[in-house]
Order: sequence, then structure tokens, then C-alpha cells
Amino acid sequence: MMSFFSYLLNGISLGAVYAIIALGYTMVYGIAKMLNFAHGDILMLGAYTAFIAFNSLGLPIPASALLAVIVCTLTGILTERIAYKPLRGANSLAVLITAIGVSYLLQNLALLIFGANPKSFQSFIPIKPLHLAGGALTIPGETIATILTGLIVAAGLLLFVHRTKAGQAMLAVSEDKGAATLMGVNVNATIAMTFAIGSALAAVAGILLCSAYPSLTPTTGAMPGIKAFVAAVLGGIGSIPGAFLGGVILGILENLSKAYISSKLSDAIVFSVLILVLLVKPSGILGKKITEKV
Amino acid sequence: MSAILEVENLELCYGVIQALKGISFHVNRGEIVSLIGANGAGKTSTLQTITGLIPSRGGRVLYKGKEITRAPGYTLVRQGLAHVPEGRRVFSSLSVYQNLMLGAYTRKKKSEIEESLSMIYQHFPRLLERKQQMAGTLSGGEQQMLAMGRALMSKPEMLVMDEPSMGLSPIYVNEIFSIIEKIHASGVTVLLVEQNAAKALSIADRAYVLETGRITIEGKASELLRDERVKAAYLSE
Repeated sequence: MMSFFSYLLNGISLGAVYAIIALGYTMVYGIAKMLNFAHGDILMLGAYTAFIAFNSLGLPIPASALLAVIVCTLTGILTERIAYKPLRGANSLAVLITAIGVSYLLQNLALLIFGANPKSFQSFIPIKPLHLAGGALTIPGETIATILTGLIVAAGLLLFVHRTKAGQAMLAVSEDKGAATLMGVNVNATIAMTFAIGSALAAVAGILLCSAYPSLTPTTGAMPGIKAFVAAVLGGIGSIPGAFLGGVILGILENLSKAYISSKLSDAIVFSVLILVLLVKPSGILGKKITEKV
Repeated sequence: MSAILEVENLELCYGVIQALKGISFHVNRGEIVSLIGANGAGKTSTLQTITGLIPSRGGRVLYKGKEITRAPGYTLVRQGLAHVPEGRRVFSSLSVYQNLMLGAYTRKKKSEIEESLSMIYQHFPRLLERKQQMAGTLSGGEQQMLAMGRALMSKPEMLVMDEPSMGLSPIYVNEIFSIIEKIHASGVTVLLVEQNAAKALSIADRAYVLETGRITIEGKASELLRDERVKAAYLSE
């Protein structure tokens, strides 16, 4: 019984990481109507930056994390500017392929700079493990921190979108760029801001992920990135609560199937969810409507 | 009277099709000027080019004496030029209130925004009743009121309106036109594009007739109402 709780909590924690990545995916999709497949690789970049800052530069943990956030934010803005902005109004397939190209570019740049050998990421989470039920259930500090961060990020984003002028402008742009322009909203700046927020979140996700699963390679971001995409689709792409819910469900599902069915099949199970959702309810759990297909 | 908006030789192309073949007109401060014409004559294109939604290929647009031909669309609201687009284009997943507040996106002073809001609720009591409702659930007429209210939230000096009566029932059409007159009476200059020529000419000071990308007739609205060519082509109801 205790092991079930432990699997469940780990699943929620993994799900919270997926949720944070999925939030970036879903926001960028909502506003730019594109699937940024390079999103997971931004995460990897964030983890490497944090690793280098902490291990090689000897910066303290908060400074290393901040540096990772800054580097990812800038990379997000830069890739949008260089790769995606010129394709505004182009065929969505062209944008999709470009995103895949950016993804490979980032992975191979990382391979070139950091090499293929896995780096052993030292946990950034100073929280001590929690022992419950007389030591029968141990909750690692990483699990606690990740779940809390996920909740804070989702709540913060919801507040930002619904309570601030910039957030409202974002919703306006995601619904109708022309009408938003007529309100005086700078559409390009709003899209850049969305990429910046999404990429900053990816940095946070990268640090949390590598704190729990310390092996860092140039492809570290690829799988979580794709799973976060599944989570965003499951929750209803474009929806912030949906991305959070989808992430957590997926994380639990993955961990429980690893524990009780087969660790080799867990990925297959996760991706069957994508197929099932697309077959049964393509708009996802909380999604409203499908406006565009990719 | 001084011109608030001057359009000189404006040209526009969609691919190889020339939608605007060099049109010139002006709007004086305090006027209601109407642009009438059939479907596809280029009325909407004209407005969209003026407010920077689509780039022109030639010619100039001057607003308050300053060239705005290549100014990014989002900068024009700040200068007092607001546009109520064709098809209303309200933000359907946002509430009526949120739509109105987006209209005031460029304004800073809370007290002034509140003032505009209560003024708009006076003009459009229905918007006050439906304040928390999602804009997408409003009727066509209500959406048109919201689109107009949203544009007014920027406190414009000049309002550009594209087919405000399109698809509305006659009762709503009359209501919308009487509100346009009220807005005008409060000191806002109006450029009105309409297919309902009779209605548009009845409230306008001057008007231009646009035919396949060219201005063919211009003059006082009262004269155009009696013009045989206009009567035959646009007032044949």
C-alpha cells in the first residue's frame, strides 16, 4: 500500500514537470497557432546552463537557476525571431517542420558543446526527504518541490492571463490578431513575450526534471517534450488548466504503468493515450474547439 | 474646416488583382463621411489599409497632418484613430466587460477609463446588462454594439466603421445608426463604410461612391441621395 502511494506521488511529481512543459507548449500554441517541437530542447538547454553554472562556474543554486531561466528566455525569443517570425502566415506544415529543425539544431549544438556523455546533475532542491507512516513512506524533497512549483506556476499563469493587461492582450491575440491590433496591442511583441514565458518555464522544468532524474544528455528534453505535448493535447491544447491536468494525469499513468504493468511498455501506454484522445475527444478534456489542424 | 484624414492615390494589390486603383478622399474634423459601394468595390480594403491592417502598394495616408501610411497598425489607436471592423470581431471567449477593457488597452488613467465605461453603458444599456456574459453568446446586434463600445473605450477622435449594419434586423439597424449619430454629436469624426447606402447617406455630411477600386462619384450626402446614378445603383429599394 505504501509503495502505491510512493508511486503515485512520484507520478504526480513527474506529471508536474510535464505540466510545466505543457503550459509552455499550450500557451505558444494558443497564441502563435504552432506546435513548438523545440520546446523540450529549451528545457535541455536550461538544465545544461544550470549544470555549468553550478558545477563549473561555482555559482550558488539560486543564481544558477536564474541564469538558466535567462538563457532559456533569450533562446526562446531568439528562435521565435529568427526561425518562426518570418513564417508568420505561412502554411502550418512549414512552421511545424521548422520547429522540428530547430529542435535538431539545439540537440546537435548541445552535442557539439557538451559532448554525448551524460552529465550527472546534482539536485538543486535543498529540501530534506519527508518520512511518513513511521518511515514506511519516504517522499523525496524533489517530489515535494516539483509538485509545489507546478501548482504555483499554473496558478500564477492563470492569474497573469486573467488579471493583467498583458495577459488579456495575450488572449486577444490568440483569438484574433487583427482585432487585437485594432485595440493597440503589439501582436509581435505579445508573441515574443509568450515565447519568453514558455521558455522560462522550460528552464524551471529542466532543473526540476534533472534534480529528480540526474542523467543529463543532449536528448534529455526530447522525450519529456513530446510527452508534454501529449499532456497538452490530453488536457485540451490552448487551455492552461487543461495542460496542468493533462500533465499530472500523464505522469501518474506513466509511473503506475511502470510499476504495475511493465517499465518497457510505459511509453507505449502513454502514447496510446494520445491516439485514444485524438480518436475519442480530439479537443481534449478541457479544450473547447479545434480551430486548426496540424 | 481642416482635414483630419487625407487619403492620396491609395493603391492596394492582392496578388495580381489590383483592389484599389489610386483612390483619394478626405474627412474633415467633425464630419460624418460615408463610403458606399457594392460588394467587392474595395470599401473594406480601403479601411484596412488606412488603419494599417494590410500594407498599401502606393499612395499616402495622412492623419492629423502626419503620414501614417507605413505606421504599424497598433500605433494608430494611441493617436486617436479607432476602427470598428467588418464582422464585428469581438473576442468571443472573453466577457463583454473584458472586451471593453481591451478597448482601453492603450489608456493608463483608471478614473478616465471608468468614466468612458459608464458613458458606454449609457449609450448601450444592453452591454451593462450583459457585462459578465461571454461576447460569443451575444446576438449580432449586441455584438455590433460591443464592437462599437470597445472602439469608443479608446476615446477616439476619429472612428472608422465598417458595415455596422451588416446582417442586422431593421430594428437594430435603426438603433445602430441613431447611436452613430450620438457618437458623432459627442465630437467624434466618423468615416462610415456601408452597403446600406440610403441609411448611410441619411446621416452623412458627405459621401464617396467606390466602384471596383475607384472613386466614381463624390459630393454632399444630400445631393447623392438625389443623384440619378446613385439612385439607380444603390438606392433601388
